[in-house]
Amino acid sequence: MEKNCYAIELRGITKRFGPVVANDGIDLGLRRGEILALLGENGSGKTTLMNMLAGIYLPDEGQILADGRPISIRSPRDSFAHGIGMIHQHYKLVDVFTAAENVVLGLEDEKKLDLKKANAKVREICGRYGFEIDPEKKVYDMSVSEKQTVEIVKVLYRGAEILILDEPTAVLTPQETERLFAVLRNMREDGKAIVIITHKLNEVMAISDQVAVLRKGRYIGTVNTAETDPQALTDMMVGRSVSLNIDRPLYEKQVERLCVRDLTVYDHEHVKKLDAVSFTAKGGEILGVAGIAGSGQRELLEAIAGLYPVAEGSISYLPPEGGKRELVGQTPMQIRKQGVSLAFIPEDRLGMGLVGSMGMTGNMMLRSWRKGRLPFVRRREPQALAQKVFTDLEVVTPGLEFPVRKLSGGNVQKVLVGREIATSPNVLMTAYAVRGLDINTSYTIYNLMTEQKMQGTAVIFVGEDLDVLLELCDRILVLCGGRVSGVVDARTATKEEIGLLMTRVGGKEEA
Amino acid sequence: MNVVDTIILLLIAAIAYGTPLLFGTLGEILTEKSGNLNLGVEGIMFMGGAIGLGGMFYFEKLTGISSYPLSVLVAILAAFLAGALASLIFSFLTITLRTNQNVTGLALAIFGTGVGQFAGEMMRIRVGGYVSLSLELKNALPASPFPQFLQDVPYVGKLLFGNSIFFYLGILAAVGMHLFLKKSRKGLYLRAVGENPATADSAGISVTRYKYLATIIGGGISAVGGVVYIITTAGCTWNNEGLSGVGWLAVALVIFCLWRPLSAIWGSVLFGALMILYMRLQLSFIPTELYKILPYVVTVIVLIISSLRNNKEKQPPAGLGLAYFREDR
Amino acid sequence: MDDQIKSPLLRLDKRSKDSLGPVSVWGIRLGSIVFALLLGCIAILLTGNSPIKAYGTMINGALGSAVYRQQTVKKAIPLLGCALAIAPCFKMRFWNIGAEGQITAGALAATFVARLLSSSFPGDKPSLPLLLLMALAALLLGGLWGLIPGFFKAKWNTNETLFTLMMNYIIIGVVAWLQAGPWEARQGRIAQFAPAAQLPKVAGVHCGWIIVLALVILVHVYMKHTKHGYEIAVIGDSMRTAQYAGMNVGRIMMRTMFLSGAISGLVGFIICAGANHTLAKEIAGGVGFTSITVAWLSQLNAFAMIAISLLLGVLSKGADTLQTVMNVPVAISDIITGLLLFCMLGSEFFINYRIILRKKNGKGGAAQ
Repeated sequence: MEKNCYAIELRGITKRFGPVVANDGIDLGLRRGEILALLGENGSGKTTLMNMLAGIYLPDEGQILADGRPISIRSPRDSFAHGIGMIHQHYKLVDVFTAAENVVLGLEDEKKLDLKKANAKVREICGRYGFEIDPEKKVYDMSVSEKQTVEIVKVLYRGAEILILDEPTAVLTPQETERLFAVLRNMREDGKAIVIITHKLNEVMAISDQVAVLRKGRYIGTVNTAETDPQALTDMMVGRSVSLNIDRPLYEKQVERLCVRDLTVYDHEHVKKLDAVSFTAKGGEILGVAGIAGSGQRELLEAIAGLYPVAEGSISYLPPEGGKRELVGQTPMQIRKQGVSLAFIPEDRLGMGLVGSMGMTGNMMLRSWRKGRLPFVRRREPQALAQKVFTDLEVVTPGLEFPVRKLSGGNVQKVLVGREIATSPNVLMTAYAVRGLDINTSYTIYNLMTEQKMQGTAVIFVGEDLDVLLELCDRILVLCGGRVSGVVDARTATKEEIGLLMTRVGGKEEA
Repeated sequence: MNVVDTIILLLIAAIAYGTPLLFGTLGEILTEKSGNLNLGVEGIMFMGGAIGLGGMFYFEKLTGISSYPLSVLVAILAAFLAGALASLIFSFLTITLRTNQNVTGLALAIFGTGVGQFAGEMMRIRVGGYVSLSLELKNALPASPFPQFLQDVPYVGKLLFGNSIFFYLGILAAVGMHLFLKKSRKGLYLRAVGENPATADSAGISVTRYKYLATIIGGGISAVGGVVYIITTAGCTWNNEGLSGVGWLAVALVIFCLWRPLSAIWGSVLFGALMILYMRLQLSFIPTELYKILPYVVTVIVLIISSLRNNKEKQPPAGLGLAYFREDR
Repeated sequence: MDDQIKSPLLRLDKRSKDSLGPVSVWGIRLGSIVFALLLGCIAILLTGNSPIKAYGTMINGALGSAVYRQQTVKKAIPLLGCALAIAPCFKMRFWNIGAEGQITAGALAATFVARLLSSSFPGDKPSLPLLLLMALAALLLGGLWGLIPGFFKAKWNTNETLFTLMMNYIIIGVVAWLQAGPWEARQGRIAQFAPAAQLPKVAGVHCGWIIVLALVILVHVYMKHTKHGYEIAVIGDSMRTAQYAGMNVGRIMMRTMFLSGAISGLVGFIICAGANHTLAKEIAGGVGFTSITVAWLSQLNAFAMIAISLLLGVLSKGADTLQTVMNVPVAISDIITGLLLFCMLGSEFFINYRIILRKKNGKGGAAQ
């Protein structure tokens, strides 16, 4: 085998979903003993491309070569046969199975199912690379990081030589990320070819040997990590030089608007999700909320919106006209009827914030359908609002009655944000407002948030990208395991500081 | 008659009435383990009953052979094929053509009861009277396959060895299915398909093939329940009403026994008991017709209780009733 | 090792939004009906009859004369009414398959009122007050019969499919008991209603047809233009979105189930006061199930339900004629109904997806 021969090479790969071209004639090569970072914005087609190596999708056009010979990958099984293993962003694990049962899933090499042997082999792999995992633990009892470990063990168990990791650090703490990177470096020394899909530049710089950049489904180029810098990569990623700076004006007359005290909630399995959370949100500021995924962000926002049962504590709303209203124990409808003007852009846009099968008009009605004394719905005002959102936010849709489910992610979010902002809220809560959006739409959203802030709204912005939080927000509240581990000034704080707070409460590391 | 005898007689009758349910339930367990919710069991059992009976009848008529083992085999085979065919329709529609499982299952229930009644009636019209097997077979089929001395053991003899062969076959099927699901590689994969098809798919398991096979075989097993009913409780003749409701009880029983084949054994005997209690344990203050609705009332209570439980290990397959398409976006 | 380059023989592609015109869409749907009727030929052939003759007999038996047509309409009335009852539930993704029982409950309540008050309404003409009271009772008991599973679904998310189904058998058992016991007149039957408790005829058919046609308009307006209809549509799409919008999902669910049961109950009243003039445990006669077909095939569109219920009415009446004339079991109508449903359900796939055949010498060909 030639040393310089690609382990896997893609030539002219094109993939369409209906009218959308997800990948357009992409060429790419990976070598053994090398870590390739596949860089691109959300929606640039990185995952789609790698899914074709994993046998999830079939390319419409183009060729895949392994060690110089053309191969076809028609199913995940073919993919394994060529030594390719992909760790998906959304873990593909069966919750009610043990780690080992998940690991042996799909293997056909032995006739009999021998779980004892599988357990032993899993332990052996863990030992070799320094993972820690109990093969007999059920997945539903595992932490996110443990689940990721199972996924990696799964592909190693199959003897994968080519590992693809899709956004592996999205749900990890900085410390866990470091541990993962150490393992990846070990594997590189082992001669494995590794691809990590990411949109985080610092990680690209930290771990990769080569960077391949995709933009809007097209291949832009590959560079040596050592010979590039974040600014050059950004230019490649977005196509033109954009300032990473987000405008952050200061609103002078900040007043307390929402006051949360000792908020504690339990989920339906009686697990504590929020533990004595206290903070204040001010009108005229953006309060960022940082934390590892699942640290209680969702529960916090939903509790404030009246959608999550509160066990203890209080949530007081301080209206501009003075006074104080208690929100705990109220249904969303009661909260609204009290004149509390609260807007909420939830994480699950189509599953919670919008009605996918209805058009823009029907979705605008979600805030106003109760208006009027008659039992009939009024369509005229929502229709006018839909028209306004359509024009103001430049929503791309065939018509106001076209089901929003069929719109692209960015347009779905515009419909949702447009509706929520139209209520002129005093408190605006957003969860992962730019997830899955392209850079332009993301900036539209940032600007809208800032605009709201400058109108005196209290904005609560739950985010995952610490860089964005640090540039957009005024203060950042950090959650860890359902507790507030700190509130920092976004103008002075550093990423490392927040990273530490994300894993520690009061200086003590979480178990 | 003393109390012990009464209870034993009740149990024996419960087993007779429960055996069709056992097959119906086992088949649906297998189907649901693959993530398919087939509500057509009612129709499948009707088809199994009518076509199984038809198979036995025409086999005896055409060959002139009145053989107990052959008839059992023909009955099971004919019913199984009928159920498998019905489930093939269901599978094709829900898996390949991606139709709604609830509505497709209901359509199968309508279609299957129609086919069952149609076939039953057609045979009656053709023969010009009641379709019936020879007296010899009619008596032999529901009888015990064990020698008399075993059945004569005091107290337990009748209970353990006096049932029709179908009950023992049902137990074998339940144990087999339990071992398959819990101990075999294919069983593990099947459960993975039902729990999380996307995961199974990315692990290289053919979701479509597992779903098709489990649903078709499951439907076949359920259908055997139909012919078992005809043989053991309907005296080997067809009537349009007898099977009514049994298939639906089987679907409910799947929930009751937590998708576990072994629990289906006692669960079906319990429901069999509920179905015949009005004959065996008459209570003067409850009119017979009201007494007959007991199994349905109990099912409702079971449904309510099962909706209250909140244990990760006692939930339906997570992918139940949901369609899975790989290239959907 | 299979290193040959092949793409699969068939691939599917979702059609983009308007690649099929309305003509093709309705063409496919119509084609599926024709296909189902062709499949029905197999069953007819098995009986040793000619399918053409059989279908001819069915059509003639259903539409051949004014009397036949009236009987066909009589069959379509409960189907239409009940499909209208089911539509709101299905829109809400609440799988109510208990219409059969809700019909029976309504008929039971109407019969109760008729028996109780008939002596107060002598005379040989239908009495409006009595009929109204009967209808009211039917609405209430039918509604209650729907509300019970609705309550448990709202409270504990109890499986509604099986619950509503079990409720069918329970109420049918109650009627069986009344029929053989307390209410028995002779030979296990309940006495005929007094003339005051019978629906008057309009144009040769009991006036139930006017009631269900009015219901078509009402249900259409309710689903499309009222706040309730909007709430139902939102819940059907996403329960979380409904909660987010401040809807009380449990209450709406119970209200809708009550309404659905009430309409089915009204259908029960129409059947017993209009067609049968008595109560029997077979009163619903499978209407509750067949109407699910009607509701789904018309895609919950109230006006389309008129056409579909008439189609199934023709089928059902035709099957009756087929049995008397050609000795074909009446179950043939269930078989053809099932086939229709299979084919029309399946046809949606061809409306939503495009099938791509592998190109013979395309880029995916054997390029070794």
